[in-house]
Amino acid sequence: MKAKNQRLVLLILAIVAVLGAVLLAMSALRQQAAYFYAPSDVAAAGAPLDRAVRIGGMVRPHSIKRDPDGVTIYFLVGDETANVIRVRYRGIVPDLFRENSGVVAEGRFQPGGLFVASEILAKHDENYRPPVLDAGKGEHKSSSLK
Amino acid sequence: MHILANPARFLKIARPLTPWLGWGGGGLTLLGLCTGLLFAPPDYLQGDSVRIIYLHVPTAWLGMAGWAGIAIASLMQIVWRHPLAAIAARAVALPGAVFTAICLASGSLWGRPTWGTYWQWDGRMTSMLVLLFLYVGYIALADADRERGGEGRITAIYGLVGAINLPIIHYSVLWWRTLHQGQSLGLGSSKIDSSMLWPLLTSALGFSLLFGAIVLMRMRTMLARQKVEARLRRMAA
Repeated sequence: MKAKNQRLVLLILAIVAVLGAVLLAMSALRQQAAYFYAPSDVAAAGAPLDRAVRIGGMVRPHSIKRDPDGVTIYFLVGDETANVIRVRYRGIVPDLFRENSGVVAEGRFQPGGLFVASEILAKHDENYRPPVLDAGKGEHKSSSLK
Repeated sequence: MHILANPARFLKIARPLTPWLGWGGGGLTLLGLCTGLLFAPPDYLQGDSVRIIYLHVPTAWLGMAGWAGIAIASLMQIVWRHPLAAIAARAVALPGAVFTAICLASGSLWGRPTWGTYWQWDGRMTSMLVLLFLYVGYIALADADRERGGEGRITAIYGLVGAINLPIIHYSVLWWRTLHQGQSLGLGSSKIDSSMLWPLLTSALGFSLLFGAIVLMRMRTMLARQKVEARLRRMAA
């Protein structure tokens, strides 16, 4: 075997090995590297009460309720399953926060299951289009949480 | 590729090619950005802030394509000992780092009005920041290697290993739950309306040609510097 081919074969083997190792590590990190918990994760594993976490999903339609004080809101976060998380937040929400739209909330679970958010982020999907083509009354539709 | 193994022959092609890439790329970038910023429609959800896409996405692609170029050049350097490969990889590193930095900065400015935050440590943003750090490390390593008079093997291996980050960036939005949305453009499928897609592709092509022009200019500078150094060494001897 010529030295050139030997180098090529060795290098390809090394690349395959490193790539395999990294892909294994990444798939093992699936849960840990997730940026937020979905309602079904919380339902399956129980709500962690001891630390601040992020939860995310879609804001359920017609679920946003405003307190008489004007700055406290309650809403439900759901995912593809029937599980929902009830969230309370006091403050100003991003412009893109709306019903049927993606949301990520950072905060703590209360013993009763209520999630008290300290920060609300809006998550939009991968569709971009001009407003005239929009038939959904400005509602933001997304098929997945990713 | 082996046709270009001879630096003189490479220069013969690179010299006339540089202005074509530079002016063509500049023109297309201007056209893409102008149509994107002034004439393309606003987004149904985000309004005018969507226009950052015409800068953000091309620079993200080129930041990643730059490292793909470094990896391919490193492979050619190690396996075939291609004489221009090390120079090409080093020439790509700086514009690659700059484009990655522009991508991060523009993404941060885009995140504030849409998501409500300048920065979050989600999979996509973190892996893109790692790419910037990889570039900075590459530049430092390549410079150190050059000053020591090394042949750049370690730099080439670093360039290859660093390419692992590219699939991680690409798949970060598929593997993990992220704040960043999923990919809008796949092979043959687009979730971007064509009135916004064409300015985006024009701007991406323009930035790519500009990137190519910068790389060629840097390669020519490096070759010229090598020649000067060789001549100085001969004169000193």
